[in-house]
Amino acid sequence: MLTEIALKTGRGETLSREEALFLLTEAELLDLGQLAAAVRNRLHPGAEVSFVIDRNVNYTNICTSKCRFCAFYREADDPEAYLLDIEVIFGKIEELVAHQGTQLLMQGGMHPDLRIDWFENLFRRIKERFPAVQVHCLSPAEIIQIAELSAVSMPDCLQRLHRAGLDSLPGGGAEILVDTVRGKVSPNKIGWQAWAEVMREAHRLGMPTTATMMFGMGEQPQDVVEHLFRVRQIQAETGGFTAFIPWTFQPANTELGGETASGVDYLKVLALSRLVLDNVPNIQASWVTQGAGLAQVALFFGANDLGGTMLEENVVAAAGVAFRMSREEIIDLIREAGFTPALRTTTYEVLQAY
Amino acid sequence: MDALISRLHGKIQAGERLADEEALQLFASRDLLAIGELAAAANQRRNGDRVYFNVNRHINYTNICVNQCTFCAFSRTGEAEDGYTLALNHILERVAEARAGGATEIHMVGGLHPDLPFDFYLEMLAAIKADSPDIHIKAFTAVEIDYFSRLAGQPVEVVIEELKEAGLDSLPGGGAEIFNPKVRKRICPEKISGERWLEVTEKVHKAGLKTNATMLFGHVETAADRVDHMARLRHLQDRTGGFQAFIPLAFQPDNTRIPAAKGVGGADALKTLAISRLYLDNFRHVKAYWIMLGLKVAQVALCFGVNDLDGTVVEEQIGHEAGAGSPQALSKMQLIDQIRKAGRMPVERDTLYREVRRY
Repeated sequence: MLTEIALKTGRGETLSREEALFLLTEAELLDLGQLAAAVRNRLHPGAEVSFVIDRNVNYTNICTSKCRFCAFYREADDPEAYLLDIEVIFGKIEELVAHQGTQLLMQGGMHPDLRIDWFENLFRRIKERFPAVQVHCLSPAEIIQIAELSAVSMPDCLQRLHRAGLDSLPGGGAEILVDTVRGKVSPNKIGWQAWAEVMREAHRLGMPTTATMMFGMGEQPQDVVEHLFRVRQIQAETGGFTAFIPWTFQPANTELGGETASGVDYLKVLALSRLVLDNVPNIQASWVTQGAGLAQVALFFGANDLGGTMLEENVVAAAGVAFRMSREEIIDLIREAGFTPALRTTTYEVLQAY
Repeated sequence: MDALISRLHGKIQAGERLADEEALQLFASRDLLAIGELAAAANQRRNGDRVYFNVNRHINYTNICVNQCTFCAFSRTGEAEDGYTLALNHILERVAEARAGGATEIHMVGGLHPDLPFDFYLEMLAAIKADSPDIHIKAFTAVEIDYFSRLAGQPVEVVIEELKEAGLDSLPGGGAEIFNPKVRKRICPEKISGERWLEVTEKVHKAGLKTNATMLFGHVETAADRVDHMARLRHLQDRTGGFQAFIPLAFQPDNTRIPAAKGVGGADALKTLAISRLYLDNFRHVKAYWIMLGLKVAQVALCFGVNDLDGTVVEEQIGHEAGAGSPQALSKMQLIDQIRKAGRMPVERDTLYREVRRY
């Protein structure tokens, strides 16, 4: 089967679900890696590996969703619960700009009281003060929560937020886009179709988004494959995904607990993502969850991007993993692997090659 | 580059040796996956799908050391407040704990203590063996053996015999670092030379004890230094056959005194392990020491020609003082799980690579 698959991917043909499942469960890691590297080289013929300077601001940790894999959320009456003041958010953006950052990745919990006017005001004021910063905020679950709390439709909600200054959406909250899995790990969160609808609507409005996958929470290999094909289908309709970002569940301090996915598991899923999602331009390696060592190796398994420098990151850190990298370290990591570092924007325009 | 890979593919199929120049060309190559595939094929021919691990415990009896190697964050001078030497009863307690946890091996190395007499080490071995006759004692680097010889005023051969009689079963292979004298001058100026390390190790092999061989990489050495290091090991192995495993150790930079050294990237680590598998054709085993590599990269190495994931370790200190981010111990089940998830067959071994159990 491997030979047939290699012929197909060599001709640029799409894999079937059965072939993808075979690769994930039966193929040798390096065979999968070679196939993925070939697709990466076809889509990105140069040796460039890109990254963005960004900051994750989590405006609140109060969340009604209470996902079992999450170590970050707090109940509203918890002593550690917080909602950032707008001036505090501005201070963080100032630091981002001082570090030549271009991307503000802002996500929070699903706060029970924050309505659309709060976000409209926030985005307008950010755009007034920091017109050059890309406002890359709010995952689909938050969009739906805001729409419901504000009694507006999801498309109206997105449109109003977009007008107020929301430029693009991060692809978080996708977890595994299969409702049987979601029912077990995030029963209060939107189903996969609602996630897909928000993404389609954002793409219709001309807002680019990414798509993510969090795996290693006890899902089946079939679920991982299904997730990839669902993202592939949305992309075939809209073309609005700029990148796909698989990462692994981090178990510390979570209700779900258990062990994190192994290095081999991660590289296999990453390589398979590159193969199935040959209609999504970029695949990001997640140094935040995998560490610099494995993220560097991932560049040989189909990844062509290292995501952001993340001047601030709270969610993964709450789950017991706190890797930190400076811009210089990311540049070194890319160079030492024999690739060319390229600083990019959220929409993958190269600002500077090193 | 493709020409090199296909030529080497032919050589490996034919059981021919890599030349030094070819190993250097591999270090210069960007084709990590092709190198990995070659190494995996070479390993498959020797070891099949079997990946070994053991249940062991590390005991570092002292951190006081007369040498001041710049790469080391573990050693302390005799005056340091956090210098320590474990009392014999503490050592025996740890051995008993290890035995109760199913360990088959005690791994013991320490600093070159300025005051402890040679008899201390003989008594330590004898006491452990008296308590736990079945446990394998893998202890002391060639550096320590040389030091004992000077301490006791006896030839190395005599020191080895006395240690062996007291209970020493094999040597772990540390202290090799990088053999090139210019590198040693920068990272371990007081340590015995590479030639002396090889000479002492040869005597250990002649006395009938197996050893491993290490290489500390990722500090100030060049690719040529790595190849030279492996060339000397391959040459000695041809003569004695006394080496079991080759263990490339990824340098950990924190709290050490090598300016500008950054540590080892994942790609370099995998490439180095794979090239060592290809070049050291007379070494049966190549070990990914997860303490230094990190567990994720060490596991991935099992697909790059590595056939040994080391042991449960328990309470590792040397790598962690230098900032290693790995855990200090892994359970047997965690090791088995990692090996299985790499698509390999976990085999618990004893120190001499006899099968204890397949999983």
